[in-house]
Amino acid sequence: MVKLKYDIEGGNFNRAGNASSQVKRVLKQLNIDQRLIKKIVVALYEAEVNIVAHAYEGTMEINISPEKIDMILQDKGPGISNVEQAMQEGFSTASQKVREMGFGAGMGLPNIKKNTDLMEIETSVGVGTTLRMTKYLNNVE
Amino acid sequence: MTLTSIIELLEAKVVTGNMCHEEVETGFCSDLMSDVLTLDTDKMLLITGTANIQTIRTAEMADVKIILLVRKKEASPEMIKLAEETNITILQTAFSSFRTCGILYSFGLKPVY
Ligand SMILES: Nc1ncnc2c1ncn2[C@@H]1O[C@H](COP(=O)(O)OP(=O)(O)OP(=O)(O)O)[C@@H](O)[C@H]1O
Ligand SMILES: [Mg+2]
Repeated sequence: MVKLKYDIEGGNFNRAGNASSQVKRVLKQLNIDQRLIKKIVVALYEAEVNIVAHAYEGTMEINISPEKIDMILQDKGPGISNVEQAMQEGFSTASQKVREMGFGAGMGLPNIKKNTDLMEIETSVGVGTTLRMTKYLNNVE
Repeated sequence: MTLTSIIELLEAKVVTGNMCHEEVETGFCSDLMSDVLTLDTDKMLLITGTANIQTIRTAEMADVKIILLVRKKEASPEMIKLAEETNITILQTAFSSFRTCGILYSFGLKPVY
């Protein structure tokens, strides 16, 4: 079992992606299939950027076992008032600053769903959001 | 299409990287990184006018090996450093996105969709 944990700073686009990049390095060392790695790190990066773009601070926790990788991204932030709406392609509340960085297409959450096997959002308005994702490591398509 | 021919056709320069004999089969042009992250394509050239550190991070996560910056957008030292660490080639052209895509399409670079 490999366990990893990283802090994520809200608003700091210079550092966004650092945690996902570290995880990618570990997954490569574990010799996981490259196509699976891509799906995992794209989902993680979308989730990491969401904390940077929409929340104040957060953490990324990763648990890797031979059969699956569990990922938990927890943040303190505004929360999501309507998760169903947030999950729709194209829905975004991203600020101008976030859009200038190349984000805010409203594609992140749907893309996370597409790239993972399980995805669950727990959120409380004014408190924060927890996103749990799982990817099984044995079902290479 | 080889990088050498892309460089010739677009009067492009190599900002960093050493992959001139590399081939790309498809091209995708977007300034939105979240659009790029929805693709699942190998040997793809990313054509973009968004030049910041997240352009390189996006390429890293999406296994994009070659980024072409259009409209003379400059790569910052941080971008170049990260591209070197992640083995990504950055090209730059002064041509607009439209002109760049028009030329590459007419010379046979395929769209992703
Ligand atoms: N961690 C979060 N905290 C608060 N709000 C969030 C969080 N993650 C997502 N949201 C809300 O859900 C919306 C949709 O998120 P999604 O990731 O799909 O798109 P986006 O981040 O706006 O743009 P993109 O991901 O395409 O760059 C966001 O605009 C935001 O309103
Ligand atoms: Mg997002």
